[in-house]
Amino acid sequence: MITSTLRRVLLVAKHASFQSRCCVASSRVQYSTVYDSNEKTFDKILIANRGEIACRVMKTCKKMGIKTVAVHSDVDASAVHVKMADEAVCVGPAPTNKSYLNMDAIMDAIRKTGSQAVHPGYGFLSENKEFAKRLAAEDVVFIGPDTHAIHAMGDKIESKLLAKAANVNVIPGFDGVVENVEDAVKIAGDIGYPVMIKASAGGGGKGMRIAWNDDETREGFRLSSQEAASSFGDDRLLIEKFVDNPRHIEIQVLADKHGNALWLNERECSIQRRNQKVVEEAPSTFLDPETRRAMGEQAVQLAKAVHYSSAGTVEFLVDSNKNFYFLEMNTRLQVEHPITECITGLDLVQQMIRVAKGFPLLHKQEDIPINGWAIESRVYAEDPYKSFGLPSIGRLSQYQEPINLPKVRVDSGIQEGSDISIYYDPMISKLVTYGATRAEALQRMEAALDNYVIRGVTHNIPLLREIITHPRFISGDITTNFLPEEYPEGFKGHQLTSEGRRELVATAAALYVSNWCWNIECSNEMTLWPPWQVEVDGVTVEVSGEWNLASALLPVTINRTPRVLQCLSRDAGGDITLQYLGTQFKVRVLSQLVSTLSAHMPEKVPEDTSSILRSPMPGSVVAVSVKPGDVVAEGQEICVIEAMKMQNSLIAAKAAKVKSVHCKAGETVGEGDLLVQLE
Amino acid sequence: MAAFAVARSRCVLLSGLKASFKTFGQVKHGAASAAVAQSELQQQSRRWYSVSHLSVQERIDRKRNAALIGGGQKRIDAQHKRGKLTARERVELLLDKDSFVECDMFVEHRCSDFGMEEDHNKFAGDSVVTGQGRINGRLVYVFSQDFTVFGGSLSGAHAQKICKIMDQAMMVGAPVIGLNDSGGARIQEGVESLAGYADIFLRNVMASGVVPQISLIMGPCAGGAVYSPALTDFTFMVKDTSYLFITGPDVVKSVTNEDVTQEELGGAKTHTAVSGVAHRAFENDIDALLNLRNFFNFLPLSNQDPAPVTECHDPSDRLVPGLDTIVPFETTKAYDMLDIIQGITDEREFFEIMPNYAKNIVVGFARMNGRTVGIVGNQPKVASGCLDINSSVKGARFVRFCDAFNIPILTFVDVPGFLPGTSQEYGGIIRHGAKLLFAFAEATVPKITIITRKAYGGAYDVMSSKHLRGDVNYAWPSAEVAVMGAKVTQHTPERRCELRLAVCRGGRDGSQGNTTHLLHKTKVTQHPPERRCELRLAVCRGGCDGSQGNTTHLLHKTKVTQHTPERRCELRLAVCRGGRDGSQGNTTHLLHKTHLLHKTKVTQHTPERRCELRLAVCRGGRDGSQGNTTHT
Repeated sequence: MITSTLRRVLLVAKHASFQSRCCVASSRVQYSTVYDSNEKTFDKILIANRGEIACRVMKTCKKMGIKTVAVHSDVDASAVHVKMADEAVCVGPAPTNKSYLNMDAIMDAIRKTGSQAVHPGYGFLSENKEFAKRLAAEDVVFIGPDTHAIHAMGDKIESKLLAKAANVNVIPGFDGVVENVEDAVKIAGDIGYPVMIKASAGGGGKGMRIAWNDDETREGFRLSSQEAASSFGDDRLLIEKFVDNPRHIEIQVLADKHGNALWLNERECSIQRRNQKVVEEAPSTFLDPETRRAMGEQAVQLAKAVHYSSAGTVEFLVDSNKNFYFLEMNTRLQVEHPITECITGLDLVQQMIRVAKGFPLLHKQEDIPINGWAIESRVYAEDPYKSFGLPSIGRLSQYQEPINLPKVRVDSGIQEGSDISIYYDPMISKLVTYGATRAEALQRMEAALDNYVIRGVTHNIPLLREIITHPRFISGDITTNFLPEEYPEGFKGHQLTSEGRRELVATAAALYVSNWCWNIECSNEMTLWPPWQVEVDGVTVEVSGEWNLASALLPVTINRTPRVLQCLSRDAGGDITLQYLGTQFKVRVLSQLVSTLSAHMPEKVPEDTSSILRSPMPGSVVAVSVKPGDVVAEGQEICVIEAMKMQNSLIAAKAAKVKSVHCKAGETVGEGDLLVQLE
Repeated sequence: MAAFAVARSRCVLLSGLKASFKTFGQVKHGAASAAVAQSELQQQSRRWYSVSHLSVQERIDRKRNAALIGGGQKRIDAQHKRGKLTARERVELLLDKDSFVECDMFVEHRCSDFGMEEDHNKFAGDSVVTGQGRINGRLVYVFSQDFTVFGGSLSGAHAQKICKIMDQAMMVGAPVIGLNDSGGARIQEGVESLAGYADIFLRNVMASGVVPQISLIMGPCAGGAVYSPALTDFTFMVKDTSYLFITGPDVVKSVTNEDVTQEELGGAKTHTAVSGVAHRAFENDIDALLNLRNFFNFLPLSNQDPAPVTECHDPSDRLVPGLDTIVPFETTKAYDMLDIIQGITDEREFFEIMPNYAKNIVVGFARMNGRTVGIVGNQPKVASGCLDINSSVKGARFVRFCDAFNIPILTFVDVPGFLPGTSQEYGGIIRHGAKLLFAFAEATVPKITIITRKAYGGAYDVMSSKHLRGDVNYAWPSAEVAVMGAKVTQHTPERRCELRLAVCRGGRDGSQGNTTHLLHKTKVTQHPPERRCELRLAVCRGGCDGSQGNTTHLLHKTKVTQHTPERRCELRLAVCRGGRDGSQGNTTHLLHKTHLLHKTKVTQHTPERRCELRLAVCRGGRDGSQGNTTHT
């Protein structure tokens, strides 16, 4: 008894010391920056953002000795960024347009708290020139580029013209607004097919069409202008060459107000789904030093051309022949900035704050190194099995970041108990691993993903782990179409090999037996179990582990290979859900007797889902197009659900009469809620 | 235990019996013969056996084999086809391997009417398998009704077998698990069968509060038979294959002209969600039995035994950061009480009792540092977590069980009050709410109460408040303890009074409560709002010292003591008959006496009348007093 108590105490102590140690270790990894306390910047900064980026900015502020002010909406009152800040101001109710986009309230907060500067993070007001203007009017420093640069780079057509003028490679295309259909066909012919038609004001893949011939151009023009008009209230279109096998590679630039500008190497962001990045790395496997320099120099030229100051990102499309074309410039701190910080050792937020105060850059271009390799996985609360990720919501009932592992950085703005709500971006965290080589970084990423405990919401770790272990990704042969090309049928989770299956089954069996042993009254002593020999399909698998059933992680050694599994659920009936190699597998462990008798158990018929329509995700009902008694055809739209700014139309699975409608437009629905019943 | 194990292993060594069920007799036989000496066995082999000696052995073997197949292979197949297991398969699944020791394996029914005396109508063991065994090494008595023999109908012999193990269970202090799968009374035996039921009911009642009793309904259970499960502490059901009802759909149709299916009338869904008769339902036989094994781990063997302590892997000082954010700032916003419960229990495990019935209160078992605790919590997610008739009854029964079996009670309070309305009042919310109050007040096990958000009005008192002998009462820093919500107190005094009355009416806790509350209120309302708020907070933090409660109690007593002894007695009896809901601890004790008195009265009746009376009493259901009595 004494020994077991002692052991427990030791375990706790070990755990506690673990955490503090790795915090120190990981901070050492990230930055080589020296925080000069004599260099006076600001006394107080307001961070006009939420979530991980707000926390990220505050961390640097704390290091620089700057007081921080958080703004938050009603529902975020107990969020991590609010707790972290020295002061917090509520700026409105949950919807973003009433809180984080509410300029009046944020201006009030600035006045009330006496903040000298505002860091906008990314998204929200970060590229809003109006906001920058209002700040300037009140003599509050906007930590970012000046209004002119935001304005110039915010418009796709104007930015392209500017880039061309600055001798930056641009995609061959028509530098101006396309007037009408015939004009479009003519221009497309001049550029040469394939071409891309896209909205001038667009973004996020909306109003974009690829055309391979004249007919498709006509159709594409019509559809894109409609979409652009409805999405952005601006139907101006432009046409450019469509780049084959494109890679999305961007250059981080950093400029000061004294005409100095640096390029901080590239980030490879080709792994995307629906034009949103999933996995990023720095440097890129594809670029040679010459191309890198060429791209970097062009990026700096552009920055200088618009008198850019602060950190910014110039995005390029790179084709298979290493031709690169300017895509756009983001005049803000990017989501994926940590990987650049990892390989260069610079703290970008600190640089932004210094530059905003008017200090010149301390580094020269030759001071910017590429040290090792960094990979970032964006961990989202979304279901990767539904078109690579549909948002899911919920409460993080258990949450444990793998920060005890070496060279792992986790940027997150949530903690155990936080709610992932429908109002905001479903990102849980950015998981960054770092290594001397790409292989090392990848290996650490694997371990980090295995050790990442997220319970309560559906997350995309299965997809992330599959990507980083995919042979094509490892070889570096990736394009922006990686996901649809590799998973044409949609992502289905990790496919077990026969060896993997054996390992999984053996672990489940060993877990079951260990649990059974604990249940027996006589085994009060804490005993270390001998390795279990499990015979699966005639092959013996040796499994050993500590079998701590209370821990979310299940570190085991299978045939002398250490692996970290997670036990997600376990019930008396023998059903065990294990997370193995990222993917969740359901295993049922039965004793001989139970398995024999199971043959007599009736099969339960699952609910017939063709006659009911359930909400596939949480969101709000935009429109219901049927009423009880209507006859619908198969595939006919029944209602539209909006979630995370995306409209999803739900269709009838069969031709039938509508029996009942359980939702109305404007209502908020949860995942799995019954919407419409058919007869 | 050790001796038992040795005996068993020797038995295995010696005889090498391959029968799948080793009876206690066999084990004893093995052990005994081992003691007799092996040389004798060798001598015997040389001796000339008599024919009759051989045939006895043979007859026993034959009988044993007959008993093992119950109603025959054909009926076993039919049972399997229905998705049900046989009585013996169930026992084998429920108990540890080779731990079942059967008794009365060869008992046959004694009916000699209607051709029942014929050989082909006699089955060894009759329609039930009884005995003792172990679940995870802990002793348990089990009976499993065999549907393959006369549809599992209950004969006199059948009842006697069950009674025998129940008596034994009470004597040694081990739980009784009943696996019910019976068509009802054996009509051929007439009143014999009914008497059998009553014998079982009596034992259910006598065992209540002495040993845990669990019923698992795995087939039909209709008519009088339903009272045995209802009298036990926990009733579980198997989905789609089990039914519980007083009368079947045909009788319902003929009497009330209602068209109803078996499943709708008494299926698992009905009883776990609508009637609250069953505590939980499981997918199929196997799932149910394996879950029952798991559930058994929470329970002590008897009221003399502590609940089992398991080795705990979950550090008791583990931090739960989620608890900081779980309770929303808005008092009107719902959250899931289960999140709190799972956050604090060992390995996040919580065995919820009645998860689909009266969902505004959550009850169930969990472990803390390896020890069983009973958890009661208001569920803000459903009906704001208010108390109504169903939730009060659900909570009260659970609390009484915990009290009877030395299981500490952890109460999470977030209660806006009792549910107002005519349906509640007409349904007797006062009477039922008092049951919960009574249960908490009488419980002598350790009681810890945590107010997570709201604790308003009478419901505050009821939910294991400090005044009801709570050991430790904690409150969230943001908790509010008040007579009513802050909004209501902004009204004018007159309007407040009205409202208060309305609340009291809707909310039930008797006139004495009212007075105290009014007094308290008036005083508090004289303060400015800030001070009021402070006071309320102070009350929360201090855990409420509850002088008002005391006063009321004393007052009441004084009143009662002014009467003459006879009048007092009468009053007390009246209270008892009225359902004994009051706060009068005294009456409880008297109540026992009343019961005893009642019994004596009953014994003066003729046996038939007695039987009737007993049945009538049984039908009255078991709202707890019985368990108590035995316990005291």
